[in-house]
Amino acid sequence: MDSIELIGMISIIMAGATVGIGAPITAIGEGWAVSRAMSALAQQPDAAPVISRSLFIGLAMIESSAIYCFVVSMVLIFANPFWNHFLGVAGG
Amino acid sequence: MTITPDAIVYWQLGPYAISATLVFTWVVMAILVLGSWLVTRKLTTGARVARGQLLLEIVVNAIRAQIREVVDEAPDRYLPFVGTLFLFIVTSNVLSVVPGFHPPTGSLSTTSALALCVFVAVPAFGIATHGAGAYFRTYLQPSPFMLPFNLLGEVTRTIALAIRLFGNMMSGTMIAAIALALAPLFFPVLMNVLGLLIGVIQAYIFSILALVFIAAATRAHDQTQAGAPNATGEANRG
Repeated sequence: MDSIELIGMISIIMAGATVGIGAPITAIGEGWAVSRAMSALAQQPDAAPVISRSLFIGLAMIESSAIYCFVVSMVLIFANPFWNHFLGVAGG
Repeated sequence: MTITPDAIVYWQLGPYAISATLVFTWVVMAILVLGSWLVTRKLTTGARVARGQLLLEIVVNAIRAQIREVVDEAPDRYLPFVGTLFLFIVTSNVLSVVPGFHPPTGSLSTTSALALCVFVAVPAFGIATHGAGAYFRTYLQPSPFMLPFNLLGEVTRTIALAIRLFGNMMSGTMIAAIALALAPLFFPVLMNVLGLLIGVIQAYIFSILALVFIAAATRAHDQTQAGAPNATGEANRG
């Protein structure tokens, strides 16, 4: 198999696997955080502004790992440096 | 389909490319500056207040209230920096529903620049509050062995700040483009509404995180000196 075919195949598989593995684990973490925040809200409705602000900040922190996965997979698909390098070698 | 507005180049002036990021950054800045200038040109304090002035007062008051909740002290020190960050990001994110507008926050260059501003502002606020020596000593807390980790934390949270905003905005535009190709009727509208929500939340999160980092830098000294009689520390704690 040609090296460029191999690179294309592995890039697409890994782009899917990156999001497919990274997103669900992050989702589990966010679910935990939200469920804890909901029970805290139910116990102390007075502290709603503080709880929801901390929840938003925490969710953003957790979600950034899923976003990293997404960025990596987007780079693999649309801006793959190895693919571009071998295209340049094949073309030039 | 382009992953970033950096790739859309309008003019090439020698080595300098005028990309969509640059153009739309200036568009957002022009909207903000012209809007504020038009409103603040004729401020009144009477019973009848112009609509624009009311709008700006509501926005500034909301930002001040949020800052006050986080730092527990007078918000005026933090208002210019954090408020500007929030207004710039929220304007460019919300304008992304306008057809033909590429949000500058969807480019890693813009978000890195904003994150670098935060990276510089955190020690600046810390040194302005405590002086250079006392601020840099906080890097040796709780023990000098933690110095590399403290420095690493500074850098990685800056990178995380940049990548988070970029990833969210980029995914918003990508999802809209993919939805347009798969189900062009009605579905992209829903994704755009979601994109609006995410854009406002991300602007909020970016500025709140910047504020939390700055507040940690200005407050760290008070906690380490909690036992010592310190007039300024008592005043700050509020």
